[in-house]
Amino acid sequence: MAPTISLSLSRPGGVWLAFSKNPLFWVGLVLLAAIVLIAVFAPLIAPYDPLEQNIVARLEPPSAEFLLGTDIYGRDVLSRLIYGGRISLLVGFVAILIAMTIGCTIGIIAGYVDDLFDQLVMGLLDVMLSFPTLLLGLMIAAMLGASLENLVIAIAITEIAPFARVARAPTIALKQQDFVVAGRALGFGPIRIMGVHILPNLISDVVVMSSLWMASAIRTEASLSFIGLGVPPPTPTWGSMIREGFENILDAWWLAVFPSLAILLTVLALNLLGDALRDAIDPKLRGE
Amino acid sequence: MTSFSKPALDIRNLRTEFRIGGRWYPAVRNLSVSLMPNETLAVVGESGSGKSVTALSILRLLPSAGARIDSGEILFDGRNLAMLSEREMSAIRGNSIAMIFQEPMTSLNPTMTIGEQIAEAIIIHRGGRHSEALAEALRLLKEVKIGSPESRLHDYPHQFSGGMRQRVMIAMALACHPKILLADEPTTALDVTIQAQVLKQLDELKQAYGMSVLFITHNLGVVAQIADRVAVMYAGEIVELASVEALFAKPMHPYTAALLGAMPRADRASESLEPIPGGAPTLTTMPPGCAYAPRCSFKQRSCSELRPELLACGDPGHLVRCSVRLTGGMR
Repeated sequence: MAPTISLSLSRPGGVWLAFSKNPLFWVGLVLLAAIVLIAVFAPLIAPYDPLEQNIVARLEPPSAEFLLGTDIYGRDVLSRLIYGGRISLLVGFVAILIAMTIGCTIGIIAGYVDDLFDQLVMGLLDVMLSFPTLLLGLMIAAMLGASLENLVIAIAITEIAPFARVARAPTIALKQQDFVVAGRALGFGPIRIMGVHILPNLISDVVVMSSLWMASAIRTEASLSFIGLGVPPPTPTWGSMIREGFENILDAWWLAVFPSLAILLTVLALNLLGDALRDAIDPKLRGE
Repeated sequence: MTSFSKPALDIRNLRTEFRIGGRWYPAVRNLSVSLMPNETLAVVGESGSGKSVTALSILRLLPSAGARIDSGEILFDGRNLAMLSEREMSAIRGNSIAMIFQEPMTSLNPTMTIGEQIAEAIIIHRGGRHSEALAEALRLLKEVKIGSPESRLHDYPHQFSGGMRQRVMIAMALACHPKILLADEPTTALDVTIQAQVLKQLDELKQAYGMSVLFITHNLGVVAQIADRVAVMYAGEIVELASVEALFAKPMHPYTAALLGAMPRADRASESLEPIPGGAPTLTTMPPGCAYAPRCSFKQRSCSELRPELLACGDPGHLVRCSVRLTGGMR
């Protein structure tokens, strides 16, 4: 066998077979699909308006009328949870998309040009990596101010560095590969080589990474919202719901527990998917 | 351009250096050779003799850090390739000078169908629509005799055998009708039967396309099969340059003679194989005089002091770099 860096995209059948046999992959997939579908169809599913206050029904415990209870303003927790999922998933998804695009671009260029640019940029990113994600996100969010866009930007910036690292290492290996040299011998310019010949060969690694980092992005969103640097009220997000619930945790346990559970399940689903994808794509772990 | 006197590629005094431990050492020295139109010039030598470095120098594909063309000219189409910008080089690579490599298993992008890969080269240099380029790719696959090309156009490299991949590589190299093909040990990684097929095909395509071929190999059997002229390289320099007939009939340089003596032949007993004693000098331990002197059985005192020049020896077009041979001292 030729020592190809990644067989993933050229052998979709093999990869599909490998993870379709993995039960954890199915658990992750079904869980995530359910969460995404609920968020997408929130207006159809949510029993109440998430913003509608009802002073009469403050801090109602879970009941037949309010399945997951109500909060301090009498808003339905289930409806807020469903709508909050939209924000959490959106922030996680968009932030990771931005981080992946910028991080991959930087990583591939740095790995391909191997000179001062590489050392400079990767050194800078190493400095960023040395900060805990949450701390870095907190600094950026505090600097930019609390809004949905700024939250996305803050989370995206914190996760550029790991993506750049993940893209750079295979680029260095790939640029020595015969087909890249052969491509240069055919007169392909550096941009084409990086975009058409290197990127597709490492994208599978990056996609696996992104599912794991999306879990981290959702956690960061929750944490930032929890300390009040996230989306301003009254828009529900899981993080801000936990914070509000935290203040009343002794009187109304359901306020913090259910959004926490939602985050737990989402992160779990993404991690299961990411692990299964990684195992399926890595030929060594596939054990054929 | 088509006149016989004007070479398709003219290399003059090429010196390519590598940096080792902060100092520059030549991997190719004083290399002067011309490639005539429609000619196959074989470059023979052991590993590390500078064959591949010569080919990579022509296309300027040496790694940007740690390697450089120190001096010399590579004249092609009235221009000196050594002086062109990277952009101008890109327009030449794959278009008027193409190259095929030794390892067909890794020379194709595993994530692209071969049709797309061939079409890519066409679109870059010739422009035109994607569908036209794919049609041309199909024609090329037929030309290199890939079975059922219509369906194979959409296959990925891992679905091809080594010999088939090398044919695909050849099709890619031919895509823009290059004037010169640099073939860096294209058959070394292939089975002997496949090797013969690929060699035959290369020769036919050379005729059909009117190309000049610079064929790098360490296999003298292949040389006899395909070459018009042969340049024997040793330690970064050409030690003998002759027509293939003259080289096999009357090898002048002691190294060439030793190489031929070390080549297995069906008409001789294997006991008569004579390995060349010692090893080639490394870049950092190049002797001051003749590079081959330490291994040479005809060595004289002057050999390790004075570096011999590549000079004509009797027959027209037969050049040899050996002062002992040129003064008739070898018997």
